[in-house]
Amino acid sequence: MGRSIIEKIWDEHAVADLGDGSWLVYIDRVFLHERTGSIALKGLEAAGREVRNPEQVFCVMDHIVDTLPGRTDDTMMPGGKDFIQTTRQAAKAAGITLFDLGDDRQGIVHVVSPEQGIAYPGLTLVCPDSHTCTQGALGALAWGIGSTEAEHAMATKTLVVKKPKLMEVRFDGRPAYGVTAKDMILYLIGRYGAGAGVGYAIEFTGEGVRSLPQEARFTLCNMAVEFGAWTGLISPDDTTIEYVQGRPYAPGDAHWDQAVAHWRELATDDGARYDQQIVIDCADIVPQVTWGTSPQHTAAIDTVVPDPSTETDHTRRQLMERALEYMDLAPGTPLTEVPIDAAFIGSCTNSRLSDLRAVAAILKGRKVADGVKAICVPGSGQVKKAAEAEGIDTVLRDAGFEWREAGCSMCFYAGGENFGLKTRVISSTNRNFENRQGPRTRTHLASPTTVAASAVTGRLADVRELAPGSEAAGE
Amino acid sequence: MKKFTELTAIAAPLLRINIDTDIIIPSREMKRVSKQGLSDGLFANWRYTEPGGREENPEFILNQDPYRQAQIILTGENFGCGSSREHAVWALAEWGIRCVVAPSFGAIFQGNCVRNGILPVVLDNALVESLAGQVQADPANNQLSVSLRSCELTGPDGHRHGFAISPADREMLMEGLDAIAVTQKRDDEILAFQARDRLRRPWVSL
Repeated sequence: MGRSIIEKIWDEHAVADLGDGSWLVYIDRVFLHERTGSIALKGLEAAGREVRNPEQVFCVMDHIVDTLPGRTDDTMMPGGKDFIQTTRQAAKAAGITLFDLGDDRQGIVHVVSPEQGIAYPGLTLVCPDSHTCTQGALGALAWGIGSTEAEHAMATKTLVVKKPKLMEVRFDGRPAYGVTAKDMILYLIGRYGAGAGVGYAIEFTGEGVRSLPQEARFTLCNMAVEFGAWTGLISPDDTTIEYVQGRPYAPGDAHWDQAVAHWRELATDDGARYDQQIVIDCADIVPQVTWGTSPQHTAAIDTVVPDPSTETDHTRRQLMERALEYMDLAPGTPLTEVPIDAAFIGSCTNSRLSDLRAVAAILKGRKVADGVKAICVPGSGQVKKAAEAEGIDTVLRDAGFEWREAGCSMCFYAGGENFGLKTRVISSTNRNFENRQGPRTRTHLASPTTVAASAVTGRLADVRELAPGSEAAGE
Repeated sequence: MKKFTELTAIAAPLLRINIDTDIIIPSREMKRVSKQGLSDGLFANWRYTEPGGREENPEFILNQDPYRQAQIILTGENFGCGSSREHAVWALAEWGIRCVVAPSFGAIFQGNCVRNGILPVVLDNALVESLAGQVQADPANNQLSVSLRSCELTGPDGHRHGFAISPADREMLMEGLDAIAVTQKRDDEILAFQARDRLRRPWVSL
């Protein structure tokens, strides 16, 4: 019988069977950031414990650091400096690798880790951050943990983990024009619910996934956690291997061929069995936008705000009603008639070079609508540098976007910078929870191209109706 | 870690699905590099009238008597989804919550609970709603009893409902164990695994 990549990686890392589905699992890499990693490092120190293999532990400043040019350890978030300096000091004491402010490798953990070749196929990688599943797109088993578990992983090189059930989510066909990996994952969550993946590790398969470039695959896996999944991943193929080769911490020449041969064997076999399977036809997917306060509150951009009275499940209906009240939206309103106050491009979901290129193609020769605050935050110093070399920053600035330093920025509100009371934001991020981006801020999640198009029209926009900006400029 | 064996307590129904950790504790309430002092920010966006303020919202259940003394929360599916922040569990524990009953939990949150002395109990939704109905009829007297010895929850009506928990999690909660110390007993196994793995996957060592 064929086996899935999840079972193969699991078996390769199983140190001991602890009974009743729990295993002691070997952890290859730990990544930390200053928000939740600081407390883990401090906890270890307080307990007098050491990091077993500090050369396999990495840390980055991303969550609290400011993203305005000229930033320092001082943050707009009250008390942020303590997180930054505690992390720096503890990282040094523990002997782990830190990508600090001022280092052009600094950026969002799930952008930096693949970019530096720290994540690659077949690894187990954990981070006290729920979007660690992003890195599963390289064919790694990567999942988010708590701070106490991070201490455990660093001190013992293992974690106690319940073996997940397996789910295949297969995307048949190829996404149509204007449809991105973000639309694919929002569609999945919208159709099946934010809790449908609870208890599962998900493998994304099918032509729709295989046809995605590596950076788009990160976007797909990034939101597996918004589906409730323990993690998501994609079997490695040529696209993955080409992406990994030559990166600073990836296997070098001495072991490259051996590693690649191993990774090819890890890919899921024909006939692998899953506990559950979902099949989606990419032809059914159009650009998506969220209208509520859960990622499951998603709709096709060319439809209307849904009507809670048509929902038969009373719990879901109540949630919809509350969400519409929070979002200040009336059922039946065409989504493309909803005006926005702000547009945000960034986050571990959508801040990579390919995202910014697609955004620049829309914005070239266009202007952000009057009164719309528009911000772009590249995912890492490396992304920023590469984008600037291509002139992407100029296109965005000319259009009216702010161009920032790398970090998580306003994906979430930590008490500092935010979009403001009741502001309506179209955002390329991953969570539209109440108050996520600011006090009573109303977040609409969408792809970065939909965000760019909406910034231009001043309303939630159907990106398919906007020709690429260079064509518009030539009209 | 605080042990959990048995508990009879007031339960507060928060019947809503997908209550995320941003709701349990907003990021702005995580003000210091510390596991302490977080209960003040618990459910801050619901508990207080203004974002960032401290004036109590009288409509929020945990601001009402006798729910202020609740040690159990009854809630909807996917409780604790979203951000991995362990601060959500630290805040609940510091406020006084010892047990959360839900049809399902966010995976990271569930793991964080058992490492901090909070028992996550999985029961089906119809049962959670039925228990909530009984509790609401007379919250001070219609308490819930939870036994981790027998892995049973007893409702106000006297009916017992079994729940499942892994032996490792059960032992950790009942004994108040330090998970790292428990794993370190297997250090010989871990080191032997690591030595074998280095031969098998030499590229993984840095």
